[in-house]
Parts: sequence; C-alpha cells; structure tokens
Amino acid sequence: MVREGGAAEGLSLLHLARSTRKTGRWGDRLFRLLIRAAALALLGIVLGLVIVMIRAALPSIRAFGWSFLFTSKWDPVAEHFGALPLIYGTIVSAVLALLIAVPLGIGAAVYLSEVAPSWIRPPISFLVELLAAVPSVVYGLWGVFVLAPWLRTQVQPALGSTLGFLPLFQGPPYGVGMLAAGIILAIMVVPFIIAVSREVLLAVPNAQREAALALGATRWETTRLAVLRYARSGLTGAVLLGLGRALGETMAVTMVIGNRPEISASLFAPGYTMASMIANEFAEATSDLYLSALIEVGLLLFVVTVVVNALARLLVWSVGGTVKAVRE
Amino acid sequence: MKARARRIVNTTMGWLTALSAMVVVLPLILILVFLVYQGASTVNLDFFTRLPKPVGEPGGGMANAIVGTLILVGLASCLGLPLGILGGVYLAESQDRRLPWVIRFLADVLNGVPSIVIGIFAYTVVVLPLRRFSALAGGFALAVIMLPIVLRTTEEMVRLVPASLREAALALGIPEWKVILRIVLPTARAGIITGVMVSIARIAGETAPLLFTAFGNRFWHQGLLQPIAALPLQIFAYAIAPYDDWHRQAWAGALVLIVMIFSSSLVARIVTKGRYSGLR
Repeated sequence: MVREGGAAEGLSLLHLARSTRKTGRWGDRLFRLLIRAAALALLGIVLGLVIVMIRAALPSIRAFGWSFLFTSKWDPVAEHFGALPLIYGTIVSAVLALLIAVPLGIGAAVYLSEVAPSWIRPPISFLVELLAAVPSVVYGLWGVFVLAPWLRTQVQPALGSTLGFLPLFQGPPYGVGMLAAGIILAIMVVPFIIAVSREVLLAVPNAQREAALALGATRWETTRLAVLRYARSGLTGAVLLGLGRALGETMAVTMVIGNRPEISASLFAPGYTMASMIANEFAEATSDLYLSALIEVGLLLFVVTVVVNALARLLVWSVGGTVKAVRE
Repeated sequence: MKARARRIVNTTMGWLTALSAMVVVLPLILILVFLVYQGASTVNLDFFTRLPKPVGEPGGGMANAIVGTLILVGLASCLGLPLGILGGVYLAESQDRRLPWVIRFLADVLNGVPSIVIGIFAYTVVVLPLRRFSALAGGFALAVIMLPIVLRTTEEMVRLVPASLREAALALGIPEWKVILRIVLPTARAGIITGVMVSIARIAGETAPLLFTAFGNRFWHQGLLQPIAALPLQIFAYAIAPYDDWHRQAWAGALVLIVMIFSSSLVARIVTKGRYSGLR
C-alpha cells in the first residue's frame, strides 16, 4: 500500500536524499553485510543444531549401534537403552491421530472452500486459527481432567463391550493411554491440516470447477472429480505436515499417554513417545550415557520430522499452494 | 446414476462436510468452557500478585510465573526479532539466487522441528557451558523457535511494498540502506507487527523447550543466570501433581495464559485488518 500525500512525501524524500549523500556508499555496504549476517545466523543455528546433536548423541550411537532402534529394553540403571517402544508409541499415536484428523480436516477444508456460504467462512476460519493457537500444555490439562475421565467411564467400557473381541480394545480402561493421546493429537493437528488443505483447494483453478459444472456435474461430483483429484498431491502434503506435527508434539501427549515404555496391541494401554520420554527424563538423566541416549532419541525425532516436512513442502509446492504460517 | 440419487449424494456430502467443520470446532468450545468454568473462580488479585503457596496451604498465586513468561518472551524477542526482521529483509531484497533459497528452505525446516528438540539444542549450547539452568537458556530456545516465523513473514511483507515507492526513493539518490530502513520497513510495518505478534503468541505457550532450560522456579527469579518460572511450566507441574488445590491453580493459570495468547493474536488481526486482506 502506498502512503498518500504525494507532495509532502516527495519533499521528505528529497530531504532524506540530501542528508545522506555522503554516507551512501559505505552505509550500503555495511547494511548489506548486516542483513546477510542476520540471514546467515539462521544457517548457523540449523547447522549448529545438527552438529551439536550428533556429537552429543555419539556415545550412545557407539555403544548401541543399530540395536538402539530395534530393542525394547529401556533401563537407566543397567544403562541399557533400546528405543523401540518409543518409536512404536510415536508412530501408533500419530497414525491414530491422522485416522481421526484427516477425514475431518479435509472435510472441513472442502466445506470452507467449496460448500459454505461466504458469510460463514471467516468466523469458522477464525475459530480454526484459535484452535491452532491453544498451547500444548492447555490441551494436556484438558486431556487429563476432562478427556481421560470421559474415556475411562464412558467410551472405553462401551468400546470394550462391543468391539472387545479385537485386540485393539482389550484390557482395563485406564483413561490415559494410546487412545487418549491419539484423540488429543488429532484435535491439535487438525487446524494445520485444514489450513494447508484450504490453501491447496483455493489454488485449484476455477476453470476446473467450471468445466465440470458445465458438463452437468453436481457440486459434490465437481468437488470429487475436478477439485480433490486435481489437488491430490497438495492434500497429501497437508496430511504429511500434520504427521510432522503429530510426531513431535510433546506436552499434551506426555500428559495423557501414560508414559510406560511398553509395546501393547491395545489402544487402552499406556504407551510412551520419543518426545515425551525426552520431556520426562532429560532433566533427571544421571549418567552421561543416559543423557546421550536421550539426545539420540531427539536426533532421531529431528531426522524423521525434517524428512516428513521436506516431503510435505515439495508436494504442496507442486500444486502451487503456499504453506504459510498458521503459526506453524 | 439416476438424477435423484445424484442429488441425494450431493446434499448428503454437503452436510457431511459441514458436520466435520462443526466437529473440528467443538473441542475448542469445550476447552474454553472448561477453562472458564474451572479456572475463573481461582483467578483473583492474589493470583496475579502472590507467589505459589506450599502444598496444603490454600490461596497463593502465580505472579512469579507470569512475570517469568514475560521476561522469557522479552529475552527471546531481543535476540529473535532483530535477526528475523533483518534476515527477512535480506531474503526479500537479495539479488542472489542460491543463498536465499537455502535460507528459506532451512527456515521452513526449523519451523517444523519439534520444540523439544530445540530444547535439547539450547541445553547443549547454553546450559552445559554455564553449568546451570537459566532464564538465558530458556530465552535462547524461544528465540530459535520465533526466528523462522518472523523471518518468513517479514520477507513476505517486504515483498509487498510496491517497487515504484522504492524506485522513487532511489531515483532521488537516497542510499539503499536508508530506503529500506526509512521507507520500505515503515510501509510494511503492519504486516511485520502481525508476524511478530503471531510468533509471540506461539512462544508464550511453549512448555517443552523450557523444561530443561528455564527449568521453573517457585520463587521470584534471581537474575538471568538462574532458573526462572514460566506460566506453561507451572501449569504443567501443577496439573500432574496430585493435589486438588494445585489443579485449580493449573486451570486458572491456563485461563490466564489463553487470554494472554488470544489477545496477542487479536492484536495481530486488528493491526492487519483491512490491509493485505488477500494474504491473511
């Protein structure tokens, strides 16, 4: 936006020009150096992060090698560390979250970009943005005192008595556990999926829609055949971004997952994730090897989220949508 | 398919998408309702002016944690804002091809890194050398989280400044650095402030990176090189403790935190209202 008041503007510009004729050249050079340095600081931080973490994780990598990923004994006293239960817990809780969040998120995004009357779109988008702004610890608080008791007294007994023949829904209803973590994560991830999917859907050219409508398709057929199919890879990107979020989410999960490093088929059972293991034990790690093992868990989490995010971005870029910060 | 069947499918799917939008928004409403219902009665003057009481004694507040959060956000801003804004200017203005692309990509990568990992980073580069948990370490961790957000929004907003404005200034012989500082940045001010408020709203609620950097403190902080309390940390500690009194305090803290965060997001919205409307 251009500021108004041309004449005054022009005069002040002239004044500025006169006052700085001499300082121009070295000023420019200095300024360029300064902004370049600021940008390079980010490069430095990311490189530093990678180097520092690899170095700190090295003792653990040397001590356990690949068995770190494939054994499931996490025993700080005997100093034996295997991260399999954490990896399992992280993946299961994230997948569970996506199973809930993806249909809802894409459905809501379709509603916002294709179906809803235009007056209703801003308020709903606003609420979704607020949902993204709620801090993790507040979700956790709500999860512990509202969601988990509800699951324990209502949902889990009902699931157990109807679908209890499946190993997924067996065992005592604790409330806290994998199921609670999955639901909380779904709530937290859904705003991101909606925001990115909506961008992607809005980037679909209108000619796509018009062509389908002109052939006599109903609105749903247009959405399904002309819009969703066109936006497929971008939507996959949105889902992957959600996955990246879900894998690294810490506080809320730590508060509701039960924090027990065991692998269990049942969704009612407590579990543990990589992020919540770090959150719980990092400040208390007594030996160097213990700390190093926790940092290796962090490194693992870093690598996985970077890969997932990079893939997601490539996919979203490919349809011309932009992944802009909804507080990403 | 018959026309009627197609119509029915059309309407059903329309309603299903509307339903999913409603289901998505429902938890927000539930959470807000519970926050007010459980927390409002504990939020009083004491809450903002008193220190936490020991277990068993009713009353007390979270004054230290509220101040702590403000200090941590301030520290993070001191480091993150200048770097982010100047770096954003670089991304928007640079004629280079490769470096800006790399920085942009890394900013997006950093944005997706889980905050707990950034906590580990701050632990190894600040806590270990100083041999103590400190406000400084917490502020550093939060700065790293805020940096990519500020950087990318600044870049976008600087790009929006019309080239004609810049050219007019340059044509008058004003050096580039002054054009940027006095003309480009002030023109993009509203958008940059929005980015800043968004990033502040984000870091104010962060808990994970503070667990082993700022660490928390039940008393007033003793300078930047000592552990410091933060509202999210206090909420976490109180929520997982087994005392009803503390749970009530945790709800109250969460209510205060949410109000703080929503109001800074609201400021962001008001500042941009009407401008850049196509850009959110």
